[in-house]
Amino acid sequence: MSDSAIETPAQRLAKRLVVVSAGLSQPSSTRLLADRLTTATVDRLREQDVEVDVTVVELRDLAHDITNNLLTGFASPKLQEALDALADADGLIAVTPIFTTSYSGLFKSFVDVIDTAALTDLPVLIGATGGTERHSLALDYAMRPLFSYLHAVVVPTAVYAASADWGSDAGLSDRIGRAAGELAALVRDSERSGRVRDPFELPAGFSPVGGFGAQ
Amino acid sequence: MQFGIFTVSDITTDPTNDTTPTEHERIKALVTIAKKAEEVGLDVFALGEHHNEPFVSSSPTTTLAYIAAQTDNLLLSTATTLITTNDPVKIAEDFSMLQHLSDGRVDVMMGRGNTGPVYPWFGKDIRDGIPLAIENYALLHKLWREHTVDWQGKYRTPLQGFTSTPRPLDDVPPFVWHGSIRSPEIAEQAAYYGDGFFANNIFWPKEHYMKLIAYYRQRFEHYGHGSADQAIVGLGGQAFMRAKSQDAVNEFRPYFDNAPVYGHGPSLEDFTEQTPLTVGSPQQVIDRYASMREYFGDYQRQLFLMDHAGLPLKTVLEQLDILGSEVVPVLRKEFAKDRPAHVPDGPTHASLVAARDAAIDTATDTATTVVQEFPTDSALEASK
Repeated sequence: MSDSAIETPAQRLAKRLVVVSAGLSQPSSTRLLADRLTTATVDRLREQDVEVDVTVVELRDLAHDITNNLLTGFASPKLQEALDALADADGLIAVTPIFTTSYSGLFKSFVDVIDTAALTDLPVLIGATGGTERHSLALDYAMRPLFSYLHAVVVPTAVYAASADWGSDAGLSDRIGRAAGELAALVRDSERSGRVRDPFELPAGFSPVGGFGAQ
Repeated sequence: MQFGIFTVSDITTDPTNDTTPTEHERIKALVTIAKKAEEVGLDVFALGEHHNEPFVSSSPTTTLAYIAAQTDNLLLSTATTLITTNDPVKIAEDFSMLQHLSDGRVDVMMGRGNTGPVYPWFGKDIRDGIPLAIENYALLHKLWREHTVDWQGKYRTPLQGFTSTPRPLDDVPPFVWHGSIRSPEIAEQAAYYGDGFFANNIFWPKEHYMKLIAYYRQRFEHYGHGSADQAIVGLGGQAFMRAKSQDAVNEFRPYFDNAPVYGHGPSLEDFTEQTPLTVGSPQQVIDRYASMREYFGDYQRQLFLMDHAGLPLKTVLEQLDILGSEVVPVLRKEFAKDRPAHVPDGPTHASLVAARDAAIDTATDTATTVVQEFPTDSALEASK
């Protein structure tokens, strides 16, 4: 193999999009919304000649691993794959059902095992599903601050789909299109997947002998 | 290569019969376990330090001195000594004292502790964990090496003209290991001083520690203490054994399922696959641990956790018999195979004194050479 055939991170052309779906039933309307948002985002990127690799993370499949990580402090190989994908992503589509006024417990547990620095600068599109449209603001009072805390960049349009939205043309498709356009623009310019991460980077100014004393 | 055991000194209810040892019983059991370690031919006994229930070991040097008085060869260590919340002056004094009483059979492993409230209970802030570990150790290192110390830092009252007593045995301080689960700062600190690095890998997958240990080795070489494969590495381990593999699994499972730290979490099968915990026949334990050097390089110390999760003392002593008679002798042979001559053994007081004396001899030789090549003024005068 010649050197030029080896792909280095900086030479990657395809962007990396990760989709996290926290739906519990199979099939789930949460996954349905996630797929619609994904298709729309990928279409927008392809229109701009941007290739994209999509990784879908179904939290239902990782539920036991997530709980075990909370208890033991480490991720199983399967969960670690999902965490690594997020750390190297150019964009994230995160969709959760709304349970009892907020994101589901499984969704939050997953977020709790992500390294707090791993989502910095990550463009995120947030979405949620629920029985009625009365819970739609949960996206803005719960999901959005969660990702802001993690220094991710949440696009202005969040997409909420109530049960009734699947049966009417009340504008769900329009909201999906607008949100996908916002995310695609950020994914296109993201350089996150090309970065080289140093897991042992020492804090700026760190000295093995400290600031005082025994030199 | 040194083999030994380490204990966290937990008091845990035995889930198979709902009995719980008293503090007194558990403390006496720790002493019995340590003496057993020597009897079965292990090299090291290391004791944790905790300041909260259900742990009983708050005063390791007291306990280790008592064990030292009843053993002849066992090397006594800690797992870990809290460099964050203890006064480094008291650590210097306590461990020098223990070093004298045990005739040099002591080293120490620094750690930051894993219980948040311990920091405020001792007047510290957990957010200063790393800076405390760095500054306190810098002072400890100085106290053991300089007779009269003037010192000022951020976290402790200044010292003027202070001498820590007693001075280290033969003026050679106890060897120091820095224990870490994940912090590169601690690996960097261990490398900077040329101290040992103990990766407590018993609860996590090996891939993480392969990277962390490789980093420590590289930095050890960078700071000029020797080549990367001469860095001093220690690893944790955990095993439960019976002659028949399935007997071991059946007997250990209730302890695993209810254990502090990982109980009620992953299955025994997943956990043994993903961490060094090995439950089965002595041969399975030999195979698992003989392969460790393939991942981490030739290393110096292997400590096993054998006495936690409510296992009865009788069972622990049986485990130590198996470890000492069937497992460790084979591992010693396995680890000696193809081990390069320049890779050092686990440090002991005798080896540290010899290294110090050799360094002085080399320095003297070099100084003599310099005098011969560049005669002093007085020598020139004399030669006229």
